[in-house]
Amino acid sequence: MKQWLHPGFWITVVIVLGLGLAPIITQDAPTREVSFTILLAITMAVSLNIIMGYTGYVSFGHVVFYGLGGYVGMYLLDSWDAPLPLAVLGGGATAALLAFLLGASILRLRGAYFALATIGINEAARTFVSNFEPFGGPTGIELQFSIYRSYGGAAQALWITYYAVFGITLVAIIFSYLIKTSKFGLGLMSIREDEDAAEVMGVVTPNAKTLAFVFSAILPGMLGVLFFFKNGNVEPGDAFRLHSSIETLVMIMLGGQGTLLGPVLGALGYQRLRGLLLTSDVKLGDLPLKDFQLVISGVLLLIIILFIPAGLVGWLRRRFAPLRRVLA
Amino acid sequence: MSPGTIASSIADGLLIGIVYGIAAMGLSLIWGVMSVINLTHGALISLGMFGVYLLFTTFGINPYLALIAVAGFGLLLGVIIYLIAIARVIDAPHLSSLLATFSVNMIIIGLGTAIFTTTPRDTGFSLGSVQIGPIALQGTRLVAMAVTLAVTGALYTFLYRTRTGKTIRAVSNNRAAAELMGIPSTMILALSFGIGTMLASIAGGLIATFFSFTILSGSIYELKSFIIVVLGGLGNPLGALVGGLILGVLEGVLPLAMPNTWVPVIEFLLFVFILLVRPGGLLGGK
Repeated sequence: MKQWLHPGFWITVVIVLGLGLAPIITQDAPTREVSFTILLAITMAVSLNIIMGYTGYVSFGHVVFYGLGGYVGMYLLDSWDAPLPLAVLGGGATAALLAFLLGASILRLRGAYFALATIGINEAARTFVSNFEPFGGPTGIELQFSIYRSYGGAAQALWITYYAVFGITLVAIIFSYLIKTSKFGLGLMSIREDEDAAEVMGVVTPNAKTLAFVFSAILPGMLGVLFFFKNGNVEPGDAFRLHSSIETLVMIMLGGQGTLLGPVLGALGYQRLRGLLLTSDVKLGDLPLKDFQLVISGVLLLIIILFIPAGLVGWLRRRFAPLRRVLA
Repeated sequence: MSPGTIASSIADGLLIGIVYGIAAMGLSLIWGVMSVINLTHGALISLGMFGVYLLFTTFGINPYLALIAVAGFGLLLGVIIYLIAIARVIDAPHLSSLLATFSVNMIIIGLGTAIFTTTPRDTGFSLGSVQIGPIALQGTRLVAMAVTLAVTGALYTFLYRTRTGKTIRAVSNNRAAAELMGIPSTMILALSFGIGTMLASIAGGLIATFFSFTILSGSIYELKSFIIVVLGGLGNPLGALVGGLILGVLEGVLPLAMPNTWVPVIEFLLFVFILLVRPGGLLGGK
């Protein structure tokens, strides 16, 4: 029980609660949209951190779980008239199943080979779904507008998805912390440091890795359903964007991989910065600054990788010893 | 389906495949020498396309002359990218170099999108075509094949017949030992990276002579390069050329048997499958 007294856990929870509750208290739709995007990014980053930060396997395919879960959920909603909670669970279960099947095969690859394979998986999934008729092929699935009526109209449906995403984010934080402080998590981290040594010490590495992969896949699968339900339609290009996986990697790097707070701060910082750049009126020469959003993110990322590879939280922990007791 | 259609599909596939091959060769060389997966590869291919396009459309320079300038630019840019972004993380875990190259990719693509927008471009360059029996071969593609073969030949002569080439091979074999022999490994790695990006920009320039493109097109060829590199064996440049030919023929022949949109599905599944069963590549050893 001692782990629940660690201030690092509560700091993280308070940050997420603050973000999530702000729009609920003000009942303000624009604030809700901002928080929605950030919470979504936080859950993606926190879940990717399980396989990447704790276990040390860099995956470029995290968005596959989000996309495939989203597709299955939308298919259930559209063709089977399933209620939303069932669709969300269906999305999560499919993502978990896929992670299990993939885990048993591609997690045998190490380092750069694994990273390459995940790029391949992402492209294979995108091109396959573009051809898969039950999922609408290249045009995807579009929900009938009437579907929102059973949730009290479109405006109410937006709030429902928001509450659900908020809840999932909290679950993600608790889950990530549970793994980090458990014996299972210790096994994952020993795999990250030295896989062969971990195996010798009695960690059943194939099982541990697969389980970590499954855990990292469930929540993105559920989020995908909620996001595309809110959106009203899903297309292969939106669902399996390689770029979103990489953005999530960037968030983890910003905040600090392998930490609990890091991915949360990274996602928050990245999305805020992105929002600021996209809405700014500043001009650079005769081109608006927002055209350079990608350039600025790139420069920022490069600086972090070259000079503070441990990310913000990792750097703070290393630099200021007392903070190690405060930040998880 | 007549034998003529099949023959011309195969010929088309071979001609395009060899250009894919040269793009992948750069990626493979960089991996072989320094174990870095270069995610700026697509951006460099795009820059090669734009280099040839701009020199041809604004100054009227013959695309193949422009290609020489583009190659030089690609080499220089690669050396600069290496020294700024990669030298510091060359000994760090793979994630660092992956993300370092990706951040450079973001910078180049971001600048490119801001300056050139994403409107499709076309050089509108043509060399007519040659008819051999039922097969019509585009002139630009034949020249592209000749250029690729010449560049490959030059690369191998450089790697195996010159002193600098020998040092590159030494560094790729064992960097620590090479350094002990007095080889300046940072300069050699920068040069190798530059040669890799030069090959990417040459490939881009060649593709620009027969396909239309945008600043984002490079990423498609980057993904193809990944498949090819895995087909031919990571770190084996000549294997990349063969892998390119295999992929080109697949792309030529598969559409005869199935809808065009299924081709990439097959390609990427093949890619993952080969990684799993033969990570050393079809041609490579263990």
